[in-house]
Amino acid sequence: MTLLDSQPVAVAAPPRHGVLPRRRGGTAGYFFVAGYTLLLLVFGVFPTGYAFYLAFTNDHGQFTGINQFTRVAQDYRFLPAFGHILVYLLLWLVVLVVLTVLTAVVLRSRLRTSVSALLRFLYYIPGALAGVASVLVWLFMLDPDVSPVSWLLRGLGMDSFAAVLSPGNLPVIFMLIAFWTGAGGWMVVMYGALNNIPDEVIEAARIDGAGPWRTAWSIQIPMIRQWITYMTILAFAAGTQLFVEPQLLQTASLGRVSPTWSPNQLAYVYAFQQGDFNGAAAISVFLLVLGLLCAGLLVWRSNMFTLDEK
Amino acid sequence: MTWNPAPMRLRTTPSRTASAVIIGLLLAVLLVFFVLPVIWLLLAPSKTAGQIVHDNPLSFGSFGRIGDAWRHLFSFENGAVLTWLRNSAVYALGSLVLTLLTSVPAGYALALTRFRGRKVLLAITLVTMIMPSATLVLPVFLELNKFQLIGTAWSVILPFSFYPFGVYLVYIYFATSMPRDLLAAARIDGCSEWQLFIRIALPLAKPVIGLVAFFSFVGNWNNFFLPYLVLPNSDEFPIQVGLNQLLSSTPSFNPVAGAGLDITIPELALAIIIAILPVLVLFLFSQRALVSGMLAGATKE
Repeated sequence: MTLLDSQPVAVAAPPRHGVLPRRRGGTAGYFFVAGYTLLLLVFGVFPTGYAFYLAFTNDHGQFTGINQFTRVAQDYRFLPAFGHILVYLLLWLVVLVVLTVLTAVVLRSRLRTSVSALLRFLYYIPGALAGVASVLVWLFMLDPDVSPVSWLLRGLGMDSFAAVLSPGNLPVIFMLIAFWTGAGGWMVVMYGALNNIPDEVIEAARIDGAGPWRTAWSIQIPMIRQWITYMTILAFAAGTQLFVEPQLLQTASLGRVSPTWSPNQLAYVYAFQQGDFNGAAAISVFLLVLGLLCAGLLVWRSNMFTLDEK
Repeated sequence: MTWNPAPMRLRTTPSRTASAVIIGLLLAVLLVFFVLPVIWLLLAPSKTAGQIVHDNPLSFGSFGRIGDAWRHLFSFENGAVLTWLRNSAVYALGSLVLTLLTSVPAGYALALTRFRGRKVLLAITLVTMIMPSATLVLPVFLELNKFQLIGTAWSVILPFSFYPFGVYLVYIYFATSMPRDLLAAARIDGCSEWQLFIRIALPLAKPVIGLVAFFSFVGNWNNFFLPYLVLPNSDEFPIQVGLNQLLSSTPSFNPVAGAGLDITIPELALAIIIAILPVLVLFLFSQRALVSGMLAGATKE
């Protein structure tokens, strides 16, 4: 497998002239990709272009340069929304990386296979509750009146649902929800990556006198570094899009949580409450560019996605 | 490192105990964290709202009480929950069919035929696949709004059908595990491209078709953002948006709006269970497939 090679594989396409027929399959390829290409154009390329068009024009369709961007950026809710997301992302990524990698190492190296398989399965189950269901479940977990861990909440000085939802707690709450639904899956992925490290390498480290922690730190973790980067970028990209969680919390908290906590919520308010589609488009262009940068980084800067078969 | 066994042995015993304790603690805390909410959720519909507050959180109430919760839930707004579930099924299955019809041939063609623009198409597919799907939701809404397609089933089904990850999975599958000699031989025998695809490629692609179907269904069933934006009427909601509606009708979270309604915590918990049931069942039965799908992003050999 190329992904665990210590040296990055040169991605330059191998010379292919004369190896393959010039046009295998003739024009049939166009026919096979037609339906998908249509969907890609209509629901991928066109909306992106349209959002850019709206962001660079006003409601009369006149070109306004970067005015929309500066206008939304000066909105008093804009910087806080991105600030909230930044705090959340820092917290979420640190917790995700540290706990996922640590747990995967423990599951791989310290447990019997059957116990490890059972734990991976149990950690993974909440993934089925992604989306609205997970947020609702956590509303219950965080309401001291009904929570099975109300002693813990009260012990931390939070006696009411309102106290739990204080602004300073929100990044932690969203981190808990994201970890609950997502971390189990990533632990499975990391476990798979650790599994691909040849036994001889681990054995050699042991013979050299490395204990299990030392082996994890110096051998195993460096060898799955690429997977950790992959997870971090994907989690970062997804985290910038936070919408469902703060939106539902806002509903459930009777407005104690700001309706424009995250940038996507702010774009939603622009579009649905202010009828300002150009402003909404400008905010979503900020988010689109962030997403595009992350995706581009992964596709062209890592060798995880080969653009062609060898 | 100098080899010095005696002091090492002395040091390892306490440090080994310490690391065993740390490991045990870590795994146990994680276990409680991941599993406790699920158990609580499964038990909640068997109790009354009062019992949930006062009884042991992990106690079981009674089956009769589950029946009550069931009746209250399904009589909410004249059976709205049933409508939402039906809508979810229509949206998720409708887009599943369209996804399969478009992504399987496309992945096949990207892997095994050559045409101009193939690399560009592949690159765009990769980028849109990695970008969080939520980035496109608001732009898609603005587009649908422009063409006045808001509030129709198609405004959900068609955007859901665009599924670059599915195309990528099929592409990887064909690129790595399709015996090329077989295709070449069939071509020499005079098989048309269409026959090649239908008779040879499709039967071999069953595993990956199942995988794409799984991911597409789960993703669309759980999707909230797009339908929340493009479907304004309650009778068009999928269950995820319906849950949001139920939440705002639950007295404990919304005393004003929820006054006089039968929707309390057990009913809401039951609604969550019903909403996740199809996905949960799929999860339990396809753990293996899921894992291979998550790894598919990069395990190309």
